[in-house]
Amino acid sequence: MKPFVARLRGLFMSKRKVSDRQRIAYVFVFPYALMFFIFIVVPVAAAIGLAFTYFDTVRTPYFVGFENFINILTSDVEFMQYVIPNTLKYAVIVGPGGYILSFLLAWLLAQLTPKVRTVLALIIYSPSLTAGVTMAVLWKVIFAGDETGYLNMFLMNIGAINEPIAWLTSKEYLMPIMIGVTLWSSMGVGFLAMLAGILNVNQDLYEAGYIDGIKNKFQEMIYITIPTIKPQMLFGAVMAIVGTFGASGIGVALSGSNPTPQYAGQLIVNHIEFFGFTKYEMGYAAALSVILLLVVYAVSRFAFRLFGSKDE
Amino acid sequence: MKPPSKRRRSKFQATKINPSRFHPVQLRYLAVLLPISLVMLLPLLFIFNHAFKPFEELFAFPPRFLVKNPTMANFRNLFALTGTSGIPMSRYLFNSLVVTAVVIVVSILIATLAGYALSKLNFRGKKTLNEINTIALMFVGVAVTIPRYLVIETLGLIDSFWIHILPYLAVPVGLFLVKQFIDQIPNELLDAARIDGANEWQIFGKIVVPLIKPAIATIMILSFQTVWNSADTSATYINTDALKTFAFYMGTLTTNTNPVAGQGMAAAASLIMFVPNLVIFIFLQSKVIDTMAHSGIK
Repeated sequence: MKPFVARLRGLFMSKRKVSDRQRIAYVFVFPYALMFFIFIVVPVAAAIGLAFTYFDTVRTPYFVGFENFINILTSDVEFMQYVIPNTLKYAVIVGPGGYILSFLLAWLLAQLTPKVRTVLALIIYSPSLTAGVTMAVLWKVIFAGDETGYLNMFLMNIGAINEPIAWLTSKEYLMPIMIGVTLWSSMGVGFLAMLAGILNVNQDLYEAGYIDGIKNKFQEMIYITIPTIKPQMLFGAVMAIVGTFGASGIGVALSGSNPTPQYAGQLIVNHIEFFGFTKYEMGYAAALSVILLLVVYAVSRFAFRLFGSKDE
Repeated sequence: MKPPSKRRRSKFQATKINPSRFHPVQLRYLAVLLPISLVMLLPLLFIFNHAFKPFEELFAFPPRFLVKNPTMANFRNLFALTGTSGIPMSRYLFNSLVVTAVVIVVSILIATLAGYALSKLNFRGKKTLNEINTIALMFVGVAVTIPRYLVIETLGLIDSFWIHILPYLAVPVGLFLVKQFIDQIPNELLDAARIDGANEWQIFGKIVVPLIKPAIATIMILSFQTVWNSADTSATYINTDALKTFAFYMGTLTTNTNPVAGQGMAAAASLIMFVPNLVIFIFLQSKVIDTMAHSGIK
């Protein structure tokens, strides 16, 4: 039996009104759909199309089949030697690392009283507000390569080093600094989602859990908190994956050059921009973009399998 | 003395998740969180201090972390500075304010409208749009910089003010969050309004929008952060200096101007860039947390 109100609706509304509502739905959706289509769907489709062409931005692109992909896999020395290992290292540490850190911090914060929690949550979230632009001033001054750099000064004072180290242009240190800075700013929207999720878990579940033999906070987290906030965990995971690959311009921002010194911080996004905007090999760059999008999508699907609900 | 059962419950109130009052157990968590918070805070503290340092402190050797004699000189220099192109800083600031305001208003409007239609109305292609939008959550913008450039070039938007606005209007995460919120509104409520004679626009404006204010606040913050901090658009698509934004201009301070005088101004500028982010977030944070409780993907 239909609910009462729905039946009333049937009585009061003619067929014409219902189709009016369909028409207005299109009006409501149209502006978003249009912008979404032009600036997200079309570029992705164009990337896929261009990936199979040779295009130098001057002449008309012509079809080359899988040549770009074959070249990426067989003859792109920098890609194989630096970009892939760098991207893997960066993504494996920053992605899961930042994600686990976000969850643990959110969980710890949830154990505190509201006022203290709000202040600390604000502090922990705030680095993610310092996107791109503050980077130059902040990190370049701290990691400056001469003795006026704060880190050099500090290390020389405590006697750890004798000579200043050129942090941002050195092969050894650029990558760890990139990872550190990204982790520092990785408590973003996903972190807030998990915090909100944990705070919203029904308290009765914990009490029931203790009756069923849960002994400590760790078991509580594994057996009750995480399964209950799976949807937020998934949202956080997707945000972490996208954030990891999206923030990867950081090496170029810190070192001030693309390619980064000795390819030390060269990630796939930098490689794409280098080929696209410096060498104008748009087809090749597009093929790299497609590979990146596929990787992000595959990793996200993995997260969906881990945290997605069964009926999906 | 309280009866034992009551005492146990009172202890539970203070040691459970989201406790209502302080209990010594919480010190353990604080012991971990406080040092981490300090590390998180240090660079921000640095931005605040650096911006107010007088010339000799900026280049003092050894460098000092905290400011000793705060001065507004960096801010004065910044506002007085006219770039090589003869355009005052206020022009860039004005551009950024206009762009940010327009993007926030329009992106919220189109995301809430679309969210309402996706959640509560029926139309063909609804399921497809919903699924594509969920996939688009995983979309990494930087990956398609190049095809995006070609699309924008084709549309004739290079060196146009619109390019600051149009690409930022569709925010998949925003639509996603709004839809999650509207899904929670009972259909009966909307039907009751329909019986009372309200049309869809009235239902949207008078019922839906007030109920999803937390989600709107969240899109506001997300849009603000993206647009206000975006320097790439100016660098990539805009040639006319008068059309560039404050974030871009800020980035040029460290590279183009005299590195000595530039550093103080860059520090002041980065503070000006950062503070609005912080203020808006502080005001809206409770709403954001509220939204995020509904943010899960099922």
